[in-house]
Amino acid sequence: MADEPGSTAGAYRRLVAAQVRSQTQYRTSFVMDLFGSTVLTLLDVVSVYVLFSVNGSLGGFGGREVLLMVGIASCAFPLADLAVGNVEQLPSYVRSGRFDAVLVRPLSSLGQLLAMDFAPRRIGRAVQGLVIYGIALAAAPVGWSAGTALLAVLAPLAGAVFFGSLFVATASVAFWWIESGELAAAFTYGGKEFTSYPATVFGGFFRRLFAYGLGFAFVAYLPALALLGRQDPLGVPGWLHWCSPIVALIAAGLAALFWRTGVRHYRSTGS
Amino acid sequence: MIIQTAGLRKDFIVRRKAGRLRRERHVVSAVDGVDLAVAEGELLGYIGPNGAGKSTTLKMLTGVLTPSGGEVSVCGLAPVPQRTTLARRIGVVFGQRSQLWWDLPLAESFSLLRHVFRVPAGDHAARLRRCRSLLDLDEFLETPVRQLSLGQRMRGELTAALLHGPKVLFLDEPTIGLDVLSKQAVRSFLAELDARGDTTIVLTTHDLADIEKLCRRLVVIDHGRVVHDGTVSDLHAAYRSKRRIVADLDAPWPGVALPGASVERVEADGLRVTLTLDGATAGEVVARLAGQVALRDLSVLEPEIEDVVAKLYRAMPPRSGPAPRRSARPG
Amino acid sequence: MATGMASARAAAVLARAGFHRFATYRQATLAGAFTNTVFGFVRCYVLLSLADAGGRVAGYDRAQLATFVFVGQGMIAVVNFWGPADLAERVRTGDVVADLLRPLDLMVNHLATDVGRAGFALLTRFVVPVLAGLLAFDFYLPAHPATYALFAVSLLLAVLVCSVCRYIVNLAAFWLLDIRGVRQLWVVASGGGSGLSFPLPLLPDWLVTGLWLCTPFPALMQAPLDVLVERGGTGHAVLLVAGQLAWLAVVVALARLVQRRALRRLVIQGG
Repeated sequence: MADEPGSTAGAYRRLVAAQVRSQTQYRTSFVMDLFGSTVLTLLDVVSVYVLFSVNGSLGGFGGREVLLMVGIASCAFPLADLAVGNVEQLPSYVRSGRFDAVLVRPLSSLGQLLAMDFAPRRIGRAVQGLVIYGIALAAAPVGWSAGTALLAVLAPLAGAVFFGSLFVATASVAFWWIESGELAAAFTYGGKEFTSYPATVFGGFFRRLFAYGLGFAFVAYLPALALLGRQDPLGVPGWLHWCSPIVALIAAGLAALFWRTGVRHYRSTGS
Repeated sequence: MIIQTAGLRKDFIVRRKAGRLRRERHVVSAVDGVDLAVAEGELLGYIGPNGAGKSTTLKMLTGVLTPSGGEVSVCGLAPVPQRTTLARRIGVVFGQRSQLWWDLPLAESFSLLRHVFRVPAGDHAARLRRCRSLLDLDEFLETPVRQLSLGQRMRGELTAALLHGPKVLFLDEPTIGLDVLSKQAVRSFLAELDARGDTTIVLTTHDLADIEKLCRRLVVIDHGRVVHDGTVSDLHAAYRSKRRIVADLDAPWPGVALPGASVERVEADGLRVTLTLDGATAGEVVARLAGQVALRDLSVLEPEIEDVVAKLYRAMPPRSGPAPRRSARPG
Repeated sequence: MATGMASARAAAVLARAGFHRFATYRQATLAGAFTNTVFGFVRCYVLLSLADAGGRVAGYDRAQLATFVFVGQGMIAVVNFWGPADLAERVRTGDVVADLLRPLDLMVNHLATDVGRAGFALLTRFVVPVLAGLLAFDFYLPAHPATYALFAVSLLLAVLVCSVCRYIVNLAAFWLLDIRGVRQLWVVASGGGSGLSFPLPLLPDWLVTGLWLCTPFPALMQAPLDVLVERGGTGHAVLLVAGQLAWLAVVVALARLVQRRALRRLVIQGG
């Protein structure tokens, strides 16, 4: 406990600690949530297994290859969910006008929101995702080199940044449209579902929109191809397979811009 | 000038139902060209009817809302672009919206705010000590905020807004819904703060007692425009509010004529008469009165701000345009 | 008889109220329908990618699969798998006592409101994904006119079974302070066991039979969807509806039992 308050980081750390302290008042819920998230992860794994068991492959990829994509996605998404998923609370802040209080403090509005609603119970799913990814890396025929090793570490992180940007960008919609309800889920949870499968599974305009237009192919599919040393049957050039960190940074920049613009549209209604 | 605005404007776009599915788009100017200059150390009352644009103005001054037009500077800063810098120099109390942590004891909220605002421990402790004694916080300092009464919470909010030693304190309806004792506590605290002279205070309120007790300068706003800016006595002069004389008599009122004054009412079987001054001074009327009737007692009543403001609001033109203002403008 | 009529009328009023209450969330409804549609695309492509040389997956042809997935997405909000925990909240706060003082039975109240809500969802959240699927994929349109009527009956039964099940889940609040864990369990089980996550015939036959015999979950989604895509002909469809009816009887009996116990508990606690 330093006496002189120093950094901004220290302020955030204390906001998170305060949130955790007020959460501990509801300890049974914490256990319940942890239990629930474990069962949910299990359902995800069972679903993919059931689909896979039909004819032993998905979209032209074998089991261990698909597992790698599932692994990256099930690491990236819960990490993003843990770090910024609570931005889903924004509509309630905007609707009730509680966002006012956030804006009169000398810290970033997004940073405060994330710190004040930090949900430690989400750690469970992130850990489960890491385990799945670990198993996938061990089982899949990865062509190990310095490059692939680096990508193996970066891919889930880049994916997490990508999903995090998506959480922020879709939540920002609430600044313009408060009753946007489940809209964000179409892109966050829908995107997670999309990234768990090879892009070859999808077709038509839907693939073009989600894989390339919105960039979901860069989360798990393309990095997995790079790790496996495989060509893309859809013809995306090899060097792009390595670009997920750059795409993630672009997404983060766009999300920040979206948020900034959104804050300036905040109407502070409600009471 | 610590606060300066020129032509400050805020437009809201409101979609109204027009027919079953069609919706019409209306632009509603909640604040429509406000010019304001507040000097350091002033205490300014910012008043107006519901939906006049009071809160909207305050929110633009504090960086919560982005102005649609005009210029604004607070402490020499532009509120929205320099929001975080400004936040350290101002304190904000929005009566309806808490700054405190709901599930934590009040004391913990204060210590969190110390870190959020990066206040040196010594300064923080000194300010907290002062607030604790002036606002009687000690008995509920360890109570979670959600269990506090409204009056206790408001005293906590005031403290929270002052712990970083702001140059300007913005208060939006700080006494709304409070019990009489809490109102008095808040008022005397603000009066004390004002007397020390190093904090500029801007206060919106519906409570006319707040205005009487606290505000030397009043800005009245309606339809998003300033309709009066001056001292309370300016307001009386402008709206010709009248002083009154109440006289208790030994014998029933005989009905004498008094130039420059008129009889407002006669009560108590004619033994008490209330006169409204209308041109003559109190002295002239009393002298004349004393010459014609036997006076038992006499008092001169200053005009009530309530009457003045009521008159002022009545004198304002009816709202123009069909826009549903209540939904568009908070407070 | 007269009281029966009065109850029926009261239930109708409650159903109307349920309809109108949800009709106020028009924009959120639209957002939700969009989200269902996105999930429809993902699921549909994934399932179609499993088709063998003959274009069949687990006995469904491509058109049947598309219909299965998109109508299934449309049904989520109608059947209301993830309905709100209003009742549990009222139990927690003690407001439920006021409900019990009303002349109308607590369960009838819950069911009637839910049917009204389902009616609104049918007109909005059901239509959007079904139309989107119809435009983007080959759709299976039932050959028998009778199928439409049977589907309507089957859908209504699914709504009722689901509503009663959620009622039982909510009643858990009489015993537990926080029913989030129970709800999570319900979400996972009803998602995996009903055909929502994937068509049940992808599972081994013994497991599907087991699910039908031991759980009400297939009655929630698999049954109406199989009726609609005419899997196994009209005879099979009648059998499915009969199965749903049987499960409705079982869950209603269970709900009455649980409700009696819960109310006794309330009396003992002096609630």
